[in-house]
Amino acid sequence: MERDKNFILGIFDDEDILKNAVREVRAAGIKIHEVFSPYPVHGLEDELGYKKSRLPVAAFLFGLLGTTLALTMQFYMMKFDWPMIIGGKDHAAFPDFIPVTFELTVLVAAFGMVGVFMISSNLKPWGQPKIFDLRSTDDKHVMAIDIANNAAVDLEIIKGALKNSGASEVNSKSFD
Amino acid sequence: MAQGSNYNLDQKFDFTASVKKVIFILGGIGALLLVFGIIMAATGGHGHGEETGHGFHWTQRLYANLWINNVYFTGIAIIGVFFFAIQYAAQAGWSTALLRVMLSLGYWLPIAAVLMLVTFFIANHDLFHWTHSYVFDKAGDHYDRIIDGKGSFFYWPMEKGTFPIFYIVRMVLFFGFWVFFFNKLRTLSNEEDLHGGTTYWHTIRKWSAIFLIFFAVSSSISAWDWVMSIDTHWFSTLFGWYVFASWFVAGLSVITLITIFLKEQGYLEMVNQNHIHDLGKFVFAFSIFWTYIWFSQFLLIYYANIPEESVYFIERLSSDVYGSYIFVNLILNFALPFLVLMTRDAKRHNIFLKVVCTLIIVGHWVDFFLMVQPGTLGHNGGVGLMEVGMLLVYGAAFAFVALSNLAKHNLIPKNHPMLEESYHHHI
Repeated sequence: MERDKNFILGIFDDEDILKNAVREVRAAGIKIHEVFSPYPVHGLEDELGYKKSRLPVAAFLFGLLGTTLALTMQFYMMKFDWPMIIGGKDHAAFPDFIPVTFELTVLVAAFGMVGVFMISSNLKPWGQPKIFDLRSTDDKHVMAIDIANNAAVDLEIIKGALKNSGASEVNSKSFD
Repeated sequence: MAQGSNYNLDQKFDFTASVKKVIFILGGIGALLLVFGIIMAATGGHGHGEETGHGFHWTQRLYANLWINNVYFTGIAIIGVFFFAIQYAAQAGWSTALLRVMLSLGYWLPIAAVLMLVTFFIANHDLFHWTHSYVFDKAGDHYDRIIDGKGSFFYWPMEKGTFPIFYIVRMVLFFGFWVFFFNKLRTLSNEEDLHGGTTYWHTIRKWSAIFLIFFAVSSSISAWDWVMSIDTHWFSTLFGWYVFASWFVAGLSVITLITIFLKEQGYLEMVNQNHIHDLGKFVFAFSIFWTYIWFSQFLLIYYANIPEESVYFIERLSSDVYGSYIFVNLILNFALPFLVLMTRDAKRHNIFLKVVCTLIIVGHWVDFFLMVQPGTLGHNGGVGLMEVGMLLVYGAAFAFVALSNLAKHNLIPKNHPMLEESYHHHI
């Protein structure tokens, strides 16, 4: 069976029941694709066993790129392209460059981080994000389980595990 | 999930003999170095006097050292009270279990007040050029028009060059109010342990807000009085924030170190890696804030290049004694905290914080060293045995006062209305 196509959804009303359910479902050997919640639930990422995000690495590298860009640009402009004497300083007066360097570092790091986040979470303009259940933007927590990822586990066992752990509804969802 | 009822809320810090011994050994080493430094300076340090025309005496260096540490440790002490007040003004719940640690720094304030006043009366001529009456004597050779113009700030309402009554009154007033606010907040917080309820929280919040307003003004003016007036001709409009930023980072580092120390001794079970992470974020963020202020001051002076302003940095950067310490200052207080504490993991592990906070405490001492010594000692200054010794003596005394008073009261404000919120802090 193809991945990212067919899902079983557990709908939860309460965050404590949800966190408990995540623990129980994982303990039953079922792999969870993703949990969607209307607001950040503290401790949920620990229950889901998420690995540390690598977004800070991207931020650091983009920041480094910004620093390099800013310094190169200013040294080129002020030293080689159009040398000017300002305030009696050297053409390449390093302290003068720091404010611009700081701003460009922050700008490139921020834009880069947002871009990487958008792409990695499928929010890119040309992408089509999967909407599992619209109510996850309102008042329901939605736990999505990819059937293809749990080929070894019987469908009924998954549904039963969700029901037993407190899901108010258990639905199926397929994407083309 | 750990529940609140499992924690031992009646714990008291036991200031054991072994901890005392470490502090006494550190202080003893400091005193020994200090004595050696004084002997060396007293027997051999007269070489430079002739060039400038007036002789240099080793006591000047001793006084400059006293002054550096007086200002520095006063700052750390008042930052403890300041950070405590901030928690209430911001209605913060996460830090509840750490409130007594913050307050413990404030016990140094009365001692600092005495030390500061005594040092000023003994050493005023060696530390502050404006205390010499001849700079106000219009007929004399040493008349200084610029200092004369600023004289009222020290001497009003008396005649310039007599007794700096305005200056002394400000010093007494600031210390008086700081000690008053500290005692008020401390007493209220301890009374809350006995009676509970939310009234104490509201009363402490009110007093915190009043203290913060007073501190906003007094911290700035004390920085002009105690540090900026050493270079009497020179001025910088953001000097107050610069000194405050330096105090704040150092104070936060001390709070972090004491918290980690208590945790490793087995106290404060409810303080977990999330609380430590938040302290780490404060140290990280305010290291950058200090750098921002330091650089803002430097860049504008460097860029405008007006002689009366740039003399401050020329005196330091082009000096064979102080030039390299400018970079030590920036590396210890910006580069290291910035790079080491950048990742989430570093802020959640005690070892990184212990190393960085210790370096920051040394680093901000260097910052005050660079503020005080060039203007008082000129090329006769430097970091020698006397400097290291005096820092250790003050550090040990400060640690002893803070920890012995921490041991007197309950370590946790057990009836604080936000204690439960603190247990569940998660970031």
